[in-house]
Amino acid sequence: MLYREVGQYKTSYAADMAIFPILQDRIGLAAILLIAFVVIPLVGHDFLLNTVMIPFLIFTLAAIGLNLLTGYTGLLSLGTGGFMGVGAYACLKLTTIFPHVNIVIWVLASGLFSAAVGVLFGLPSLRIKGFYLAVATLAAQFFLEWCFIRIPWLYNYSVSGAIEVPLRTLMGIPVTGPTATSLTRYLIVLSIVVVMTWVASNLVHGRIGRTWMAVRDMDLAAELVGIRLLRAKLLAFAVSSFYCGVAGAMMVFLWYGGAEAEVFAIDQSFLVLFMVIIGGLGTLTGSFFGAALIYILPIVLREIPAALGLPVHPSTVEQLTFVIVGVLIIVFLALEPNGLARLWQIGKQKLRVWPFPY
Amino acid sequence: MDILYKIFIDPFVQMGTAPDLLVQTLWDGLVAGVLYALIALGFVLIFKASGVFNFAQGIMVVFAALTLVGLHEHGVPAFVALGLTVLVMLVLAVGVERLMLRPLVNQSSIILFMATFGLTYFLIGAGQIVFGGSPKVMIASDLFLPSGAIEFKGLGGFVSLQKIDIAAVIIASVMVGVLAVFFQRTRIGRALRAVADSHQAALSVGISLEQIWVIVWFAAGVVAIATGILWGARSEVSFALQIIALKALPVLVLGGLTSIPGAIVGGLIIGIGEKLGEFYWGPLLGGGIENWLAYVIALGVLVFRPQGLFGEKIIERI
Amino acid sequence: MRLKHLALGLAVVTAAPAAAATAQAADGLYVPLFTYRTGPYAGSGIPVSNGLADYLNMLNARDGGIGGVPIIVDECETGYDTKKGVECYDSVKGKNPVIINPFSTGITLQLIPKAAVDKVPILSMAYGLSASADGNLFPWIFNPPDTYWDGAAAFIRHAADVEGGFDKLKGKTIGLVHLDAPYGREPIPLLQALAKDYGFTLKLYPVPGAQMQNQTALWLDVRRDRPDWIYLQGWGAMNPTAIKEAAKIGFPMNRLVGVWWSGSDDDARPAGAAAKGYSSLDINAVGSNFPAIQDIIKYVVDKGKSQVASKDKVGENFYDRGVMMAVLSAEAIRTAQKLTGKKQVTGEDVRRGLESLNITAAGWKALGLEGFAGPIHLSCADHNGHDAVALVQWDGTKWEKQPGMIEPIKDKVLPLIQSAAEDYVKANAGWPKRTEACDKSS
Repeated sequence: MLYREVGQYKTSYAADMAIFPILQDRIGLAAILLIAFVVIPLVGHDFLLNTVMIPFLIFTLAAIGLNLLTGYTGLLSLGTGGFMGVGAYACLKLTTIFPHVNIVIWVLASGLFSAAVGVLFGLPSLRIKGFYLAVATLAAQFFLEWCFIRIPWLYNYSVSGAIEVPLRTLMGIPVTGPTATSLTRYLIVLSIVVVMTWVASNLVHGRIGRTWMAVRDMDLAAELVGIRLLRAKLLAFAVSSFYCGVAGAMMVFLWYGGAEAEVFAIDQSFLVLFMVIIGGLGTLTGSFFGAALIYILPIVLREIPAALGLPVHPSTVEQLTFVIVGVLIIVFLALEPNGLARLWQIGKQKLRVWPFPY
Repeated sequence: MDILYKIFIDPFVQMGTAPDLLVQTLWDGLVAGVLYALIALGFVLIFKASGVFNFAQGIMVVFAALTLVGLHEHGVPAFVALGLTVLVMLVLAVGVERLMLRPLVNQSSIILFMATFGLTYFLIGAGQIVFGGSPKVMIASDLFLPSGAIEFKGLGGFVSLQKIDIAAVIIASVMVGVLAVFFQRTRIGRALRAVADSHQAALSVGISLEQIWVIVWFAAGVVAIATGILWGARSEVSFALQIIALKALPVLVLGGLTSIPGAIVGGLIIGIGEKLGEFYWGPLLGGGIENWLAYVIALGVLVFRPQGLFGEKIIERI
Repeated sequence: MRLKHLALGLAVVTAAPAAAATAQAADGLYVPLFTYRTGPYAGSGIPVSNGLADYLNMLNARDGGIGGVPIIVDECETGYDTKKGVECYDSVKGKNPVIINPFSTGITLQLIPKAAVDKVPILSMAYGLSASADGNLFPWIFNPPDTYWDGAAAFIRHAADVEGGFDKLKGKTIGLVHLDAPYGREPIPLLQALAKDYGFTLKLYPVPGAQMQNQTALWLDVRRDRPDWIYLQGWGAMNPTAIKEAAKIGFPMNRLVGVWWSGSDDDARPAGAAAKGYSSLDINAVGSNFPAIQDIIKYVVDKGKSQVASKDKVGENFYDRGVMMAVLSAEAIRTAQKLTGKKQVTGEDVRRGLESLNITAAGWKALGLEGFAGPIHLSCADHNGHDAVALVQWDGTKWEKQPGMIEPIKDKVLPLIQSAAEDYVKANAGWPKRTEACDKSS
């Protein structure tokens, strides 16, 4: 009763094909945006903004990127960490060479570099499939990691080998660097993520997205109906790496404020893959849910014993967190292998018929 | 010109002028290759029978080695500890089948792959709670594994073979041989291959899937024990050891995910290839290249044979 | 439904730190310790974390804290993961920490820019950014008693001493086996500069993190190049593997010297007798034969308040390393109390305390740690000290301190630190100028 589309008539094709055809969805979205843009900045303290929201949004973007490749196009990739690194290092080089250009532009532009690298390593995807491809993308991951350590030009010959984010301002307000407040950084990250999610949503609902899904469901059949496989797959690699690259640039510039190459190690690739799978392959909302579960859950778990006043040593808490996250992953998969996004769908269905069982 | 010389001529000149180092490199590559093959074997067993790409193989290696050393620390004699460790791996196999595989029956392979990540997390946490995070020394001498080295003079220098490496090669070869015979000749082995071909067809002729899964996970666990002992003796037993399992991935795809001979040949190619590459060509790039070199070798082969060297030919139908 | 979940999540996340903050409303010196007992590097992390926490807990049990104010020891588990380290920092910085030990070079690099903004002094004892020894440019960062460059320079001096003079280094080959990460690459620029000055050849042998336990090919390279000396800058599982491999190729153990982070008991023990003669630089003494460490056993370990696995782990090299970190933190707080006359000091006060930190040989004795470490004297400009380091040698079962101390080659190290610090500031446009005044005593 609360959530139903009955009586919401459409008078044009455009309205019928809108991404949110139902009024309640639009209200819900508006409410979420209101919370994200207004309520959280008002009530949030540094811990919430810097440790929870900013990383959550950045990981969401990376998860959306990987989801475009793995969930929509069916190409399993384990090189996400490397592609994120390309974005971060490209952004550093760009802002070093052209320090006066707005940093937000460079954050977005750095995605182009990782898109190019992604296309390069995506080339074998035409022949190699499934887990074989996943291992092939590991070649990209390890090779890129090696480059981040071995090419001093990438980190401006800094003696420590780490990258440090310089101070950059936007209309006089510090955006990156140590003096930038977490609120400024949060709002920029949020804006970028909202816009890029909107773009991604349009992409997957349009011709390109349908091409990708056709390739995912069966690439041979897709080829027979006239989809050019190489182009579709490389485009998926490019767009996906673009998203990951922007996420990587944001990670270093708007979250960490400095990084070692180790940040973009293989663990990062796995983490983002967890988010995509737990959230739901081939759904954008799933990327949000997955990032929230995988990233925020351990933080909450770690805080529970302290909040309850239990005398448990932090290292034990950490170990228990591992055990609990491991068990939860298996339980979630057993309960709902299609991911959290599917649970969300079921929830909506329940709301639709509420208060009746069906 | 100079760089061309260094790439195409100098390494071969070195091989000729210092044959002892070449032989040593080949031997070390062989040992590494056999050990990679052993890890890869654990993956292949499970992949063949249940279609699960078992990411937890690496942590199983650590877990097995820690159990063995941990039990010994508590005063259990070495061989009793070994027996108990085998028992623990059996319990683990039954647990995995009951609690993880059964609820996930008939799911797509990526979901099962993800579930093994959950298992990895669980084992990391549980292992640290039970055994602590400190590294431990492998009880090699208590298990009658030899130490020391045999040196051969000649070839313009010397070649040194570590006795533990020789033992590793022998143990690994025996293990591979036994598993191959087990798969080819026994009743259970035939059932395993039937399951690998088709779950449904195997079920319909009365093969119990549950039983087969327990057996392959247990076999993978036993392989993990052997791997843990041998790698642990080469360095130490710690949670860092699980990273080694990543080295099995290029071996796997090179040989083909479903082929036991593939795992062995792939292991040898990767082991010898990366050692030769690192030793003769690595210095040109500043060293430390063997980590990605293995993947690049695998990638190169895959472009020509997408199913790996020994994998079943991928036949696609509409 | 989504809203409800979001609200619930937010409530938990926002409430948790608030609850923790109220818990420490009582007076006390809040000292967060970023430690790690989990993850692939736990082997090196556990003993240091134990020593660090146990000494501070001992001060609480024995003296009721520092100057009568209890220390609130709050451990945060990082797993040597930068991500979790930054999370730890964000969760503690609202609780007015007086000093932070990040205990990871990666985490330190993240905190360097933030420290000045949040007014928290960072003590990265003998790790972190070498250039941060410059107090004029990095007023909030302290890395006593030595930088990695001091370590590498001390190693070269040791090699020269054994060979019979710096001129004997000419034509020699010196290898650096290092973890292929910023930490491991740190000594390279200094060794390159020294190679030019003294005429030796420097060979680099990088070990990628994923290859830590698989170093065969690298040691074959060593066998081919036949270096006269090898300096080991490794961490975690890389160290024992390297020592084992060195023994395997028959490299003379007394020509293999590790940085102070390659000198854990767990590093040499797997190789056992084969590692006999391997030596490591050291900045603290080994053993439990000090009154203060006996007090730790009495007040903390015997009461079951320690995380150590067994009592014989107390006094291992890395345990004592942790104790030394704790001593420096505690003494900085004590100095700050003296300077300001306040009991309840703040981060700003402790920064001044660190700049005036002066532990003489008599001072060590008064602490119940006679001869535990060399004198530590920091100043406004010098946040490091570049002190002489000790050398310990593995005798097959335990570390033996070698007689004498090794001075780093200061006239080579200091200019390099100066230029590196300036480069850092230049690369970070808008780096804040030092505004903090210097104390007379510093």
